[in-house]
Amino acid sequence: MAGKSGKSMKDISLHILDLAQNCLTAGATIVTILLEECLQDNIFQVSIADNGKGIAADVLPRVADPYFTTRKTRKVGMGLPLLKQNAEATGGTFQISSEVGVGTRICAVFQHNHFDRPPLGDIAGVVVLLVGANPEIRFVYTHRTQTGNYTFDTAEVQEALDGLPLNDYNVMQLLKGMIKANINALKSQ
Amino acid sequence: MTKITSLADLKKLKADLKSKIELREKSDSPEGRIQVKVAMATCGIAAGAKVIMEYMLEELDKRGVDAIVSQTGCLGYCFAEPTVEVVIPGNEPVVFGYVDSKKANEIIEKYIKNGELLDGIIPVNYQKID
Repeated sequence: MAGKSGKSMKDISLHILDLAQNCLTAGATIVTILLEECLQDNIFQVSIADNGKGIAADVLPRVADPYFTTRKTRKVGMGLPLLKQNAEATGGTFQISSEVGVGTRICAVFQHNHFDRPPLGDIAGVVVLLVGANPEIRFVYTHRTQTGNYTFDTAEVQEALDGLPLNDYNVMQLLKGMIKANINALKSQ
Repeated sequence: MTKITSLADLKKLKADLKSKIELREKSDSPEGRIQVKVAMATCGIAAGAKVIMEYMLEELDKRGVDAIVSQTGCLGYCFAEPTVEVVIPGNEPVVFGYVDSKKANEIIEKYIKNGELLDGIIPVNYQKID
């Protein structure tokens, strides 16, 4: 949990929660989240891609402008500018590409060891909340480090659970534990 | 709580989970169940909506309330985040603002369990079309 009672966008997992909400608003059915940590190149990269309705080419250059929002659909607002600012504060970069009818992809690169890089935070909790709150959406979360990969895929979990609801608290707690254990295993290798 | 690390572990626990879930769920149709929707846009998240959603999930389960907890986008009440919308079957949706864990506890105990209205309701002046 970030800071005082988990408030403000103090960690990267909360940015992911926020971005995923944009994907859902855009009508995505598949949301792919990729986290790549490379200590050698000093990179901490977050990518999120969806198959939602996409952003029109004339709107795209303005989505990272905090004073711009599409209001009616609430597709953008403060979320992207905050992420851009956080990434650039570490000497990193922010990129967004999109095609109408195909989907949107966002990539934020942070310098891994930079003092201003927000901590990752409770990523297992975020993934499980997204999965539980939107069981009809396929979330694919991959965490990659120099020692290996871990992928959590809603489709695989659904198959393993064989019809049990993903939005049940007991199921969600088990899944959270599973993600945590796998990410910790990646880090301790 | 049992710890698992793989999908194979998850499969092994399936029967156990199934009996737990069947005990609780009295109704199959989502319309027949209480819905708790936490607003999860930038404004909500920055105000602590994740913590509130986790609290709701945990406490509703602990107290044996059969409800679906989900997330919504920005409802336009950014000033009052975190906001929680509660739909009790047969009633108009009610949106609570400035929800912290104390308020969330009141929502469960007073509104969801007993139907008592509380302070902190945001007047809603729209009708959902879908």
